[in-house]
Amino acid sequence: MRLFQNAKYAFIEARKTAYVLSGAAVAAGIAAMLINVATIGTWQDYGVDFTGGSLIHVQFNTPVTAGELRDALGGAQAPPITRFGEENEFVIRAPIEDDVSITEVADQIESDLGAVLGAASFDVVSTQAVGAKVADELQVRALYAILFSFVLTLMYLAMRFELRFGLAAVIATLHDILITLGFLAVFRIEIALPTVAAILTILGYSLNDTIVVFDRIRENLHKKGARKRDQIELVNESINETLPRTVLTSGTTLVVLMALLALGGAVLRDFTLVLILGVVIGTYSSIFVASPALIEIQKRWGLGKGSEKKRPQPATV
Amino acid sequence: MFKTLRGRLITILIVALVSGWQLYDKGLKLGLDLQGGMHIVLEVDDPEGTMTPEAKADMIDRVVRIIRTRIDEFGVNEPLIQKVGADRVIVELAGLQGDEDRAKEIVQRNAFLQFKLVLTTTGMDNALSRIDRSIVAALGIDSIRAMGRDVAGGTDQQALQDLLFGGADSTSAADSAGAETGEDAAAEEPPEDESSPDDLRPFSSLLNIGDIPGTYMVAIEDVPAAEHFLALSDVQRAFPRDQLLHWAEDMEGRGARNYKYLYVLSEDAFLTGDLLNNATAGRDPQFNQSQVQFELSRAGGRRFSTFTSQHVGDYLAIVLDGEVMSAPVIRDRIGARGQIEMGSGTPLEEAADLALVLRAGALPARIEIIEERTVGPSLGQDSIDQGQVAGIVGMITVVVVMISYYHVAGVLAVGALGIYALLVLGGLAGMGATLTVPGIAGLILSVGMAVDANVLIFERIREELDHGRAPRTAVDEGFGHALSAIVDANITTLITALILYQFGSGPVQGFAVTLAIGIIASFFSALFVTRSLFLVYLTGKKTTDPISI
Repeated sequence: MRLFQNAKYAFIEARKTAYVLSGAAVAAGIAAMLINVATIGTWQDYGVDFTGGSLIHVQFNTPVTAGELRDALGGAQAPPITRFGEENEFVIRAPIEDDVSITEVADQIESDLGAVLGAASFDVVSTQAVGAKVADELQVRALYAILFSFVLTLMYLAMRFELRFGLAAVIATLHDILITLGFLAVFRIEIALPTVAAILTILGYSLNDTIVVFDRIRENLHKKGARKRDQIELVNESINETLPRTVLTSGTTLVVLMALLALGGAVLRDFTLVLILGVVIGTYSSIFVASPALIEIQKRWGLGKGSEKKRPQPATV
Repeated sequence: MFKTLRGRLITILIVALVSGWQLYDKGLKLGLDLQGGMHIVLEVDDPEGTMTPEAKADMIDRVVRIIRTRIDEFGVNEPLIQKVGADRVIVELAGLQGDEDRAKEIVQRNAFLQFKLVLTTTGMDNALSRIDRSIVAALGIDSIRAMGRDVAGGTDQQALQDLLFGGADSTSAADSAGAETGEDAAAEEPPEDESSPDDLRPFSSLLNIGDIPGTYMVAIEDVPAAEHFLALSDVQRAFPRDQLLHWAEDMEGRGARNYKYLYVLSEDAFLTGDLLNNATAGRDPQFNQSQVQFELSRAGGRRFSTFTSQHVGDYLAIVLDGEVMSAPVIRDRIGARGQIEMGSGTPLEEAADLALVLRAGALPARIEIIEERTVGPSLGQDSIDQGQVAGIVGMITVVVVMISYYHVAGVLAVGALGIYALLVLGGLAGMGATLTVPGIAGLILSVGMAVDANVLIFERIREELDHGRAPRTAVDEGFGHALSAIVDANITTLITALILYQFGSGPVQGFAVTLAIGIIASFFSALFVTRSLFLVYLTGKKTTDPISI
């Protein structure tokens, strides 16, 4: 069995459609983020890791409604309560209060619940309490990490390929991050540490996919007379040549992630959802964003200085 | 070594064996999110920002020292205490169950430093039979027999003589006495049901006369039983007036056995840590001795001066949180400034540690919990079970896809992926890394890249075959051409992993570590192991024989 053998799809010709699609997706994401700012006050549903505060996850032995919990925790003043996965499981989030130690808030919630509903009626599955300083640092460090990895990736690709390949890869990665953030905003998926790990995984996956396509473009560019060929045709050919690999790898990864989504339980659900989205977007962007970006950059600024350089010798293993 | 097929296979075997051994020997540590437990980050509370970085760093050293002495109270395996940056400490208690509040209290509680007089054992010796009787009365003969501590003895006098005889002259004598009173006594006098409760010596039979005045020595294996007895309130009432027993922190080796000192101390402390202003370690230039110099407050100096003038020649116990850290002899009257000589053979680190203990008694600022995460054991177990099922299903999927799509070559790839899995898990175990949920994300990415590398190679081989190359040449070309894509993809991902490790905090670093190990393993697996297996497959085939791919 062989999939997409000798495929000859006109991917680059369809780039205008892709631009519209990507543009719409990014715009929808940004709109969702703006709506979030208007309604909940932040771009995303940041978890306590980013905002600071306390989170307590409780599991009751008997059916309880969110309303009962709310009453137990002071009615109108109660912190936000959400159901988590299974029935009778709830997550209560409390913001940081001045002059109260962060650990006391969770303790207070636990004792309030115990006082009204009975201490034996529930188990505390997990608690988290994060101070404001830790949360701020996390944001800053996450931002630095992403920026630095952009810069170094760009430098590496400029060195191993050409500058325009590096730029196109960074554009594709930015595209993926924007759409993922938009998706998170639309569905108000909580941004917790595992979500951050998932976003990072997407970055890695998307970059890997892009490099495989770019590697083939690089190889085809080094063939005789390649520079004089129609570049759109050459890029198209490269994408089609790597298509069997792209489909097989992405397909297998998706099936594995589906298994994780179906069987991995509530803890991994958000995390897996983000990964699935990332694989789809990463595959799409290497074909419809990174490769067209390469063409567009070339149209504007030419082939670049490195074009006549010999192909770097691959490392031997 | 890497050129010949045999060399390749031997290399693979060695790598697999080393990884397998690491995994078997050290085991894979699961993060708190997977096995449950508690993670606390403490920080020096300095709201006005008036403390210098040095002061904060010193404070953190003291806090770490305090928590280290208390860590046994948590009762967890391999607790982690780690300094982070200049003013933070991470305490991780994996597997802690239901004791979260106590754990928080223990790490935050102020250290209690006391100076107490070491007394002679005479008073305590006379009280031993009373103590033994109170233990028998409190616990009952049956439970003492169940502990194996139903050792009968003669009168108090005899018991005392045994002890004195054992410890009278030297440490080696104390050593053999330890063996006798413990094991031999039990052997010579087998437990008899008729033995009267008054004759049982559950506690005193554990004691050997110590080689420092005012101490007993207890063999390390007897310490838990002795601690259990000492915790009984009836036993504490049976102590002589104004006397208490305190354990030493460290154990001492005597011959083949290890012992812990049990000090007889005055109940009242004549000085507490709040009267101590500073303590520094140094070396006495004249005698080249390690020493600790300390400074007391004015009130402390006055009290110390009166006390030491009355007790020249006595021993002085430095007690932190109830454990004796050191017990130097009082040579002379000491005022507000004094020094503790550590003996010429003592390394400077020990002096530095004692200085830290002295300073730990009075912390200049509060420490605050700035981050706390607890995961109940139920969540951890569920996550593991579900994750394992999902992982197995995922693995089977990959195996089925690879073999049905690439036939024999797919089998080779699965073999290489098996080596990959062993390498990653062995590598994680070997580095002592912990596996967390973000870590699993890193693993998934690296598994994906390992599979991808094989797919890249096989697709390329198929392309080369399409171009009419002979199978053997097609394999060589396939590996050769796929190399650059695999190298570039892996290196960029490795760069990202390194940056994440540099900038990330705990969980993100966990992701970065598993990703980095995974990438190195996938690189080796795809390019070296798959290639070697291909060479095995091609052995004996003619250049033109078809291959199954």
